[in-house]
Amino acid sequence: MSEAERRRLQAAMGAGPRVTRRSLLATGAVGLAAVYGIGCGGDDDDGGGSSGSGGGGKPSGTVSFGSNYSDPVPKKAIHATLDAFTQQSGVKVAMNEVDHNTFQEQINNYLQGTPDDVFTWFAGNRMQFFAERGLVGDISDVWEEVGDQYSEAFKAASTGKDGKQYFMPLYNYAWAVWYRKSVFQQHGWKPAKTWDEFMALLKQIQSEGMTPLAFADKDGWPAMGTFDYVNMRTNGYDFHISLMNGEEAWDSPEVKETFKNYATLLPYSQEAALGRLWQDAAQSVADKKSAMMVIGSGQIGIQFTAGKTPTDDLAGMAFPEINPEHGQDAIEAPIDGHMMAKSPKNEEAAKALLKFLGSAAGQEAYLKTDPNDVATNETAATTKYNSLQKQSAEMISSAKQISQFMDRDTRPDFASTVMIPALQQFIKAPDDIDGLTKNIEQQKKSIFAS
Amino acid sequence: MSVALERPAVQERTGRGIRWQRVGLHVFLAGAAILWLAPVLWTLYTSLRPFSDTAKNGYVSLPGALNFENYSQAWTQADLPHYFLNSLIITLPAVFLTLLFAAAVAFVVARLSFRFNVALLIVFMAANLLPQQVILTPLYRLYLRLPLPEFLSDSGLFYDSFIGLIAINVAFQTGFCTFVLSNYMKTIPASLGDAARVDGAGVLRQFFGIVLPLCRPALAALATLEFTWIYNDFLWAVVLVQSGDKRPITSALANLQGAYFTNFNLLAAGAMLAALPTLIVYALLQRHFISGLTLGASKG
Amino acid sequence: MATEIAAAGRVARAKQRATRLTARDRVAVGFMVGIPLVFVVGLVWLPTLASVYLSFTSWDGIGGLDTINWVGTTNYDQIFSIYPPFWPALRHNLIWLAFLAVLPTTFGLLLAYLLDKNIRGTRAYQSVFFLPVVLSLAVVGFIWQLVYAPEQGLINNLLGRTEQGEVINWLGNPDLNLWAVLIAAAWRHAGYIMILYLAGLKSVDPALREAAAIDGASEWYAFRTVVFPALRPINIVVLVVTVIEALRAFDIVFIVNKGRNGLELLSVLVYDNIVGEASRIGYGSALAVILLLISLIPIVTYVAHAFGRES
Repeated sequence: MSEAERRRLQAAMGAGPRVTRRSLLATGAVGLAAVYGIGCGGDDDDGGGSSGSGGGGKPSGTVSFGSNYSDPVPKKAIHATLDAFTQQSGVKVAMNEVDHNTFQEQINNYLQGTPDDVFTWFAGNRMQFFAERGLVGDISDVWEEVGDQYSEAFKAASTGKDGKQYFMPLYNYAWAVWYRKSVFQQHGWKPAKTWDEFMALLKQIQSEGMTPLAFADKDGWPAMGTFDYVNMRTNGYDFHISLMNGEEAWDSPEVKETFKNYATLLPYSQEAALGRLWQDAAQSVADKKSAMMVIGSGQIGIQFTAGKTPTDDLAGMAFPEINPEHGQDAIEAPIDGHMMAKSPKNEEAAKALLKFLGSAAGQEAYLKTDPNDVATNETAATTKYNSLQKQSAEMISSAKQISQFMDRDTRPDFASTVMIPALQQFIKAPDDIDGLTKNIEQQKKSIFAS
Repeated sequence: MSVALERPAVQERTGRGIRWQRVGLHVFLAGAAILWLAPVLWTLYTSLRPFSDTAKNGYVSLPGALNFENYSQAWTQADLPHYFLNSLIITLPAVFLTLLFAAAVAFVVARLSFRFNVALLIVFMAANLLPQQVILTPLYRLYLRLPLPEFLSDSGLFYDSFIGLIAINVAFQTGFCTFVLSNYMKTIPASLGDAARVDGAGVLRQFFGIVLPLCRPALAALATLEFTWIYNDFLWAVVLVQSGDKRPITSALANLQGAYFTNFNLLAAGAMLAALPTLIVYALLQRHFISGLTLGASKG
Repeated sequence: MATEIAAAGRVARAKQRATRLTARDRVAVGFMVGIPLVFVVGLVWLPTLASVYLSFTSWDGIGGLDTINWVGTTNYDQIFSIYPPFWPALRHNLIWLAFLAVLPTTFGLLLAYLLDKNIRGTRAYQSVFFLPVVLSLAVVGFIWQLVYAPEQGLINNLLGRTEQGEVINWLGNPDLNLWAVLIAAAWRHAGYIMILYLAGLKSVDPALREAAAIDGASEWYAFRTVVFPALRPINIVVLVVTVIEALRAFDIVFIVNKGRNGLELLSVLVYDNIVGEASRIGYGSALAVILLLISLIPIVTYVAHAFGRES
């Protein structure tokens, strides 16, 4: 093709055919309207009712189960428990397993999306928050059947603000100061009961070359356990719960006192806690590099088992007393369990599964494989408990008040967006308690007001 | 032509200098390359060592044994084949649709004169540049409302479906491809299109029959990049898919990390396996890569 | 001259012949543009507008649209005044941008220039430097965790600092971890920029370069006066890409420690408030809008430049 011809055709191309604006707009508009029109016309409700919920027949079919048991031991345990359920009732269970932390993070979307019939969750405010907003199913009728096997405290923790029950406990575990018996024996250390004794113990351990307290807060929540305890020991259980409910000021002298007391522990705790996972901290206790750790029996038990260190060597002391008025009355013992979706596909089977999980049989099945927690059902057999479980159960039953842990006792948005960064900031700079508490209070006001 | 003749003369004149320069160049490049590969080689090394070996000697030590134990364990424990399949189900259609849409729009913009051209290009390209977090909530809400027929999505909605993931990836990535393809298409001589039109070929015929086949290098380059980006996407899958078993491989790695966080060897093997498809795609299409990426240059 | 006039005449007639598209063609074009447009506008632009609206509301993300409360600029006020992670996050994003713009970008340009010379093994080198780009950021985060781990990581072991008290906490120390992560990000960014410049360099007229070489000019001079100016369109693309990558940075930081303790970034703050268990949709949307506004600066700059030139 000659140069001239090419230029000619090029020019012809440039002044080429016109597509009318109208035709384009029309197509686009029609397309958009079609897409959005279908979607936005009224709510796509699950058309009330679920298949298989008619009448009082025997539960059958399949029930879906949303599980956050991602660590190997709990995972095996829940599988064993669900297998036992299937054997007993003939109902199959379809598992939807998600990584532990991801499950919690996604809960909001999960509940409003397409949740499984039964799913794992926690007791306390964290449950009430979602129940209040109508996102979970009422299981008061299941509680009527098993309620007498539970103490009042458990029932209260499973009840929503409207008086109905929404949660079925599975197990709980005690937070305490755990240490290796053999290590203490070897060095002649004795567990402490009062704050002064505890401080002396920390000093002694440190002078003998071991890190007194294993400490990790990379995930943001482990430090809450220590805060809760220091607060309950300094100001009492009632004050602590009011604080969690947003009814006390965070920059009050009481809370500042708590932070001051907490700060005295930091020089005896592992350094660089913000870069360490709790699993590594627990491992340091197993490896005899640290002496003690404020953690739940469930967690340290799992870590010891994973590293093949015998959990029988674990001993727990209740968090030391700070203010004699409050003694060591309160214990932090988070309850893990399950809830039902608002509109489950198989309601009969879901309720049957929840009843099983809340029964002695179900809990015993679980604890057979995961012996790091204790049953919540009072009729569950405790004779086969190992040393760790016995201590945990003992501490829980002798406590006067039970708290759930900060991220379950307070609003989830406050716990994760305000308290996690705040506690991490505190660990980094424990001197500026005034500035820190003032800021927490400001943010708390804005969240609890909404 | 005349320029080429003079080239040898230039080289001759500075023969010795050139050789030292070349050596220095290679030393520099080789050194940088080794530095660049170090982290990956380290991961590879870790993945080949059995856990018992590193538990005893630590990770920075000479190897006791080297085997593929971790790979087979990761493959089965993390259920990797399943997640690979998920990733492919999401990525392949998404890449195909993205390229198809981008080519279509690029064709209209580059070869048909149209008052809307510039505005259109802006709408597409700017969409690509937005951070994903900006549209998370409304998108999530939208997906919960948009229905899909049961055979396409077992949730009945765009939410928690492969189609939903494919759709958002396509919407997000089309801009960049439109840009590159429109630039590329501008370099195709107009005469070809004209000849076809004179012969009576319609727009579709010109597009599919003439222009698209000529864009192969650009399409190959973009296919590689898009495959990489969509396969590696993390956020959309986490937010828009809730069933653990529908998530792509990026989430599988997170799950693996959650469960086996102390077993670096296993995680390293998992990471290597996860990276394999993108490496393979790159190796296959590398030839076209640079030639296909036309980003608009000073020369027409 | 005569031939050109005749050619012009033929052009005019050709124009007259090839004017209207057939009806079928118009429909085809409508679909070709319309369907992609539906995707992009429906799934990206409309949600963006919705986010802007939500930023002026207070909503916990639960319930229907009737539970949304309008609060005006309250969210923005709070973000700027009492939200502790905000200013650090903004600072970190800017540091990220500055770092990426200065180090890996220039290094990528250098690599591209050197590898454009068609020396032996150029393709192998390109593959090596591009490798990190092909890996997912989750994998990149994991790889560098192996390098930076306090007791078991490569660096600390090579430096011999693995005992308690001596450990360099690359990822846990808020003064160090941003830089540690930036190195990982730069490792990836350099390869990406290298490819962009390689693509750009191939379209620079070789005649220009050879002309400069013949004149006996040094390579640096030729680069500065001839090659670099010719790369202007690519430079704009590279600048925009760098800024966008800096603003979008999310995955690496999230994998390392969920974006806390020294690794706060705006994108992570949005995620925390919207996706986490805590649902402060209005708040998170306000953060997202701030991120959007900052992103619009390079976007608009680029669009104005690229399309200003064309029209």
